[in-house]
Amino acid sequence: MWEQIAANRRKSILLVMSSALLLGVLGWALGVNFMGRNGGVPGVMMALVVWLVMTLTAWYQGDNIMLSVAGAHRVQKEDLPQLFNVVEEMTLAAGLPKMPAVYVIDDPAPNAFATGRRAENAAIAVTSGLLRTLDRDELQGVVAHEMAHIRNKDIQLMLFAGVLAGAIVILAEGGLRGMWLGGGRSRSRREGGSDGSGIVAILAVVLMILAPILAQLIYFAVSRKREYLADASGASFTRYPEGLASALEKISRAPQRLGGATSATAPMYIINPLKRTGEMAANATSTHPPIDERVRILRSMAGGGLADYERSYREVTRGGGVIPASELSSGAAAAANQPAREASAGPAPSARENARQVDDFFYRKDGYRKLDCACGTTLRIPPDFATPAAKCPRCGTLHDLR
Amino acid sequence: MAVLFLVPLVLALVVVMWGVGIYNGLVAARNRVKEAWAQVDVQLKRRFDLIPNLIETVKGYMQHERGTLEAVTQARAAISGAGNMAQRVEAEAGLSAALGRLFAVSEAYPDLKASTNFASLQEELASTENKIGFARQFYNETVMNMNNRVQMFPGNIIAGMFHFGQETFFKVEDEAQREAPKVSFN
Repeated sequence: MWEQIAANRRKSILLVMSSALLLGVLGWALGVNFMGRNGGVPGVMMALVVWLVMTLTAWYQGDNIMLSVAGAHRVQKEDLPQLFNVVEEMTLAAGLPKMPAVYVIDDPAPNAFATGRRAENAAIAVTSGLLRTLDRDELQGVVAHEMAHIRNKDIQLMLFAGVLAGAIVILAEGGLRGMWLGGGRSRSRREGGSDGSGIVAILAVVLMILAPILAQLIYFAVSRKREYLADASGASFTRYPEGLASALEKISRAPQRLGGATSATAPMYIINPLKRTGEMAANATSTHPPIDERVRILRSMAGGGLADYERSYREVTRGGGVIPASELSSGAAAAANQPAREASAGPAPSARENARQVDDFFYRKDGYRKLDCACGTTLRIPPDFATPAAKCPRCGTLHDLR
Repeated sequence: MAVLFLVPLVLALVVVMWGVGIYNGLVAARNRVKEAWAQVDVQLKRRFDLIPNLIETVKGYMQHERGTLEAVTQARAAISGAGNMAQRVEAEAGLSAALGRLFAVSEAYPDLKASTNFASLQEELASTENKIGFARQFYNETVMNMNNRVQMFPGNIIAGMFHFGQETFFKVEDEAQREAPKVSFN
């Protein structure tokens, strides 16, 4: 994956540089407008400080910001042992130096993403809806896909892309407000400054137009090829392409929409959370390749290796290849060129068990008390429940709560 | 005339630098193999440590399966007794097979299956089996990479000069052990 990793690093640098340029221009324009003709230089200086803070924030806090925007909660092995085991398994399959932290988002829409600065401190987040709908093999497929994003360093690029897209949206809104409030005040303070506020007005409008375009650029940076590559590596980790294929199908068919997703974070997810099921058709600007195509490629793989994915991709899309030639000829790909394995023989009713565990986790997090009544009913006592005793709705037993 | 001396000097320097690059690549590949093996080893040890707990849980329910339980305990003991790598790999495969039989037999004990302790142990052991498999898969990838470097030109020249040998694959158990365990109810 070295070609892919190098390309990602180049794109990360390009992103930071262009954002610096944008901020510099913005700083100069604002400086000239609010501080007069000599305000340009201090304006640029201030913008550069802002740029530095933003970049450092993206580097050191970007993953935390992403996770909190998505409403993700860290879980430990005791909370969701199966999810934890699956992540550990895929860490080994990918040969990553350290297991990513595991997070769960309380949302019925099935989806997942990975984030982090580098492989050593990455995080994988899945929604509770995902745990409720997928069996163990499907969950493994999704986690393998995310693990591939971590190993290919896609996550680093997404981090910068996400934080910068968010900052640009904030700037666009701030510019608009400045035009309404600050612009009016500066005109009354310096008479004849109408041309100055005119610049702000134009700038704000330009930024308003720029924001979605930049978001679009980020969508392009997170190219479809990246998703195909993650599918290919993911399948080669599990040696079971059917797991990911059937997971993708289930996720894309789910009727729910993800609550915590914005246009800034959308490219991170395994399936674009902002598109409804009916709009899955491919178009030039879409962040993710069409699901049916991803599923069809995975389903027509003859084995579980990268070369199998490449062959299948060429067959299904009738286009050029997707995996870098250097990767296909390397030892890893040759070793990976092995038959796909059978479905795993682990404990079968995992989705129901996971659903119970994920319920337990979120109730516990919100301070609910769990009471097991002798009749087999589980009572959940809210933290603000004032009555000293609770009655079981099934058998009528009174439970002392003190 | 100085140029005539400089040209071979520069050429020699380029060749040395190129050799150093290949040498470092070989060392890195060998270290990756070692690290990948360490991961396999961690998982094998983990499974080894889980067995007493499993036996303790199962013992009460499976009074009539003394033979199956003993087979697991013996397979575990064989791992401690293994002298070399080949014996170790064989003993680990034996434990996999014995565990497979135990879980197959456990299907006949609804009380045991209903026990949450057993369910979580089963998930732990199934996952550990998976982890052994995935760690081995990655180990074999690193071995393949190492062996390609050692065998292919021009790496084979440097490998020969500095005695880099080929690494051994961790093979999947032989066909007999891959078969589903036979269950008998008598």
